[in-house]
Amino acid sequence: MVFILLSIVFVVLRIMPGDPVSSMLGGHAPESVIEQKKEALGLNRPIALQYLHYLWQICRLDLGDSMVFKQRVTKAIAEKIPATIELTICGILITLFLGVFLGAYAADRRGMVQDYVIRLYGIVVYCIPVFWMGLMLQLIFGIWLDMLPIAGRTGPRVFASTFEKTGLYVLDTILVRDFSALGDVLIHLVLPAFTLGLVLSGIFVRLTRANMLDVLKADYITAAEARGIRHRKIVYKHALKNAFIPILTMMGLQIALLMAGAVLTETTFSWPGMGRLLLERIYLRDYPTIQGVIIMIALIVAMASLIVDIIYAIVDPRVRY
Amino acid sequence: MATILEIEDLSVHFPINIGTVQAVQDVNLRLEQGEVMGLVGESGCGKSTLGFSIVRLLRPPGKIVKGRILYHGQDIVQMSQKEILSLRGRKIAMIFQDPLTSLNPLFRIDRQFIETLFTHERGLDKKTAFRRAEKMLESLGISPERLSEYPHQMSGGMRQRIMIGMGLILNPDLLIADEPTTALDVIVEAQFLDLLNDLRRQYNLTIILITHNLGNVAQLADRITVMYGGTIAEVGQANTIFEDPLHPYTQGLLSSIPNIKLDQPKLKTMPGSPPDLVDPPSGCVFHPRCPYVKEICRVQKPETFTEDGRLVSCWLYG
Amino acid sequence: MRYSPAAGIGWVISRCAGLGKKYGLEWWILVAGAIIILAIVSMALFAGSIAPFSPYDQDTGPQLAPPGGEHLMGTDNLQRDVWSRIVHGSRTILRVAVLAAIISSVLGITLGLISGFSGGFFDRVLSLVMDSVYSFPGLILAIALAAMLGPGVINITLSVAVIYIPTYFRLVRGQTLSIKEELYVEAAKAIGASGSTILWQYIFPNVIATTVVVFTLNVADAIMIEAALTYLGLGLPPSIVDWGMDLSMGKKFLPSGQWWLITFPGAMISLLAVGFTMLGEGLAEILNPRLLER
Repeated sequence: MVFILLSIVFVVLRIMPGDPVSSMLGGHAPESVIEQKKEALGLNRPIALQYLHYLWQICRLDLGDSMVFKQRVTKAIAEKIPATIELTICGILITLFLGVFLGAYAADRRGMVQDYVIRLYGIVVYCIPVFWMGLMLQLIFGIWLDMLPIAGRTGPRVFASTFEKTGLYVLDTILVRDFSALGDVLIHLVLPAFTLGLVLSGIFVRLTRANMLDVLKADYITAAEARGIRHRKIVYKHALKNAFIPILTMMGLQIALLMAGAVLTETTFSWPGMGRLLLERIYLRDYPTIQGVIIMIALIVAMASLIVDIIYAIVDPRVRY
Repeated sequence: MATILEIEDLSVHFPINIGTVQAVQDVNLRLEQGEVMGLVGESGCGKSTLGFSIVRLLRPPGKIVKGRILYHGQDIVQMSQKEILSLRGRKIAMIFQDPLTSLNPLFRIDRQFIETLFTHERGLDKKTAFRRAEKMLESLGISPERLSEYPHQMSGGMRQRIMIGMGLILNPDLLIADEPTTALDVIVEAQFLDLLNDLRRQYNLTIILITHNLGNVAQLADRITVMYGGTIAEVGQANTIFEDPLHPYTQGLLSSIPNIKLDQPKLKTMPGSPPDLVDPPSGCVFHPRCPYVKEICRVQKPETFTEDGRLVSCWLYG
Repeated sequence: MRYSPAAGIGWVISRCAGLGKKYGLEWWILVAGAIIILAIVSMALFAGSIAPFSPYDQDTGPQLAPPGGEHLMGTDNLQRDVWSRIVHGSRTILRVAVLAAIISSVLGITLGLISGFSGGFFDRVLSLVMDSVYSFPGLILAIALAAMLGPGVINITLSVAVIYIPTYFRLVRGQTLSIKEELYVEAAKAIGASGSTILWQYIFPNVIATTVVVFTLNVADAIMIEAALTYLGLGLPPSIVDWGMDLSMGKKFLPSGQWWLITFPGAMISLLAVGFTMLGEGLAEILNPRLLER
């Protein structure tokens, strides 16, 4: 399936009207120069050969060179990926916390006002465009209340080079024990992560609620109640743990949405990640890099379902024994 | 012998969109300490609902609309949530029909035992709790090593014994068993009933055995309460009820049991079908199917009459 | 006999209330969604009469004026009236989203029906392709397509449409497969019904109900994607009035606190999406309560 995705990427990126090389060279370059460049880039070979070359390159993890800058695409992506990973992970955490707890609470208070409000939240929140959410949060917390930063990963007085190791700044600052830098990094994460996390939480609220309603009808819940176990413990420990497993599976399927959301969030918050790279290069018509990023995303999405299966096996004892 | 439980005029209703289901209506029952009371009746007669009501475990929209449930003199219906919680598991335990679905599949057995213990005995340390769980398992004939297993790794009979174990670990006075053998095969069922008998003597338990299986009741019960359509048809000593059933419903029930010794060309059944509890028949609930129906049966609900120390709700004995 | 409009409205309301009692909350959600959609569609249809200014008029009032007075929603940096731009913008977004949904559904349903019905190699290959596209982030695919195709209403509509074809395909194919096995289809075959008869007269009607629900939710999604694409500067030339684009233009003035430039366009996008979502969800619950177990 990954294979098909990669093929689709290949096709999509070659369908544009017009000639990429001539536009890259400025539109008025002489024919000979254009032909030369095309030859160098291998664009004159038959399409089938280009396709095979493309697949071969991916296997070697060689994503080519940027058309615009003097850099290897792989390197360009590698520089930006940690930022996206950090953002995405924080987003996932927020989505899960919000979604799962609100969903469980709604299931517990079924039929009451809180239930309806939370269900409404679930519907509405998903319909709020990620970027608008980002802009509004920036407006409220960044401009009006002036509490949180609205752009970048670090503030003006913090230099990433002093601690950068893995690229995951939260991790890096902890490793070098630079806690003031850690604070700065965290505070820059707040708004973007919330933007990403809030919008997707709607889905999880509804999923959790639906699963919880089913689980709460189960016999073992009644049996636990019959043993005098307190209600809150039953809902948030016994029931939730059982409802959680299908939610986890769902998480894997949402990676695609997360990636999409990340692109929009990064643009809005000037977050130096893969998403923003993608857009930058689209404006610059740097096709190899564009292709590289999209391939990377396809691979990440494919990997995600694999990871979910592994986590599933860890959490559910019925699978293990 | 002390009266451990006394149910007075209990009515339980389920308001649903098409009407109100009168699941239990004006039920009176007295339970003596140490006895096994068989609560029998067909599906939908209200016996399970009655059982659940005793520990106030009714699923919404079920509600106790009337009556009292006196446990050692205290009214369960009026108790606060906190009081009920301390009662459940500790003084009154309940076990259920399907042991596989009654145990949380994600938690190990030891965890589920220890949780029960901790819920009611706060200061308990983990080691003692663990020890008690082990002892309980041993007394039930299960190797203590199985404590670290998950429910799905055990057989059905073993799971049912675990269920009993968790129910009895805090030494309750009363055990309510809701159709405990329905999900078990015949041999395991027999073992289970023997076990129940032993435990009853060992712990001086009072047991309410809710079942539609008359065989179970014959083996284990001291007294039997027959329910029909949300009301009590008759109550009496087990052997007396089997030998000489008073209520026409009980008579019909017992005669419909196929008897291998008799030469029966056709199985005997009762005409008609169970009553619609949203719109029950007027007067006696059983009257549309009763072979001895009289005029009064159609109009007035029968009072409870005493006959040789037995109770029966039928105008035949009025 | 002529009925007065008041009586007509009264009849509609009483019918709504009656159905509301029957179906409960879901019906009201549906109604709410429908009202929102109707309001915005009317806005689009009667844009000329509703908007006080032309959305292109760069001389409607002071620059960057806050909401108030003549300008309900203020003015932007080119002295255009924001409210008028909102009113006219509704046309663009509705046009693109609805058209994209129609294209998606027609293609997706047709392919799904054929694929599910005929089976075999064609079905397997097509399913594989569709599943792959489905698992990939739609927005990113749309971005790539829009970037490659260049700006233009047709292009952006196509970009958005392509993403949803797999959704319809999977849904319809699945249903086709299960209906194919039903006895009444066998019976039809036994009396000699041809393949296409079975397809169109038996399978298609059963599939329609779920498809309608998916269609409304599809439009909601398409609205979001269209807005995202234009926000990112892809898909439409600046000469067209569009909410997403207004958002990206208004973004520049965020630090200086001109909140009305981003608040209103974004709110409208959300509102329209919410409207369609409510319509879809309400419809789903009513047509089949366990249909969308999300």
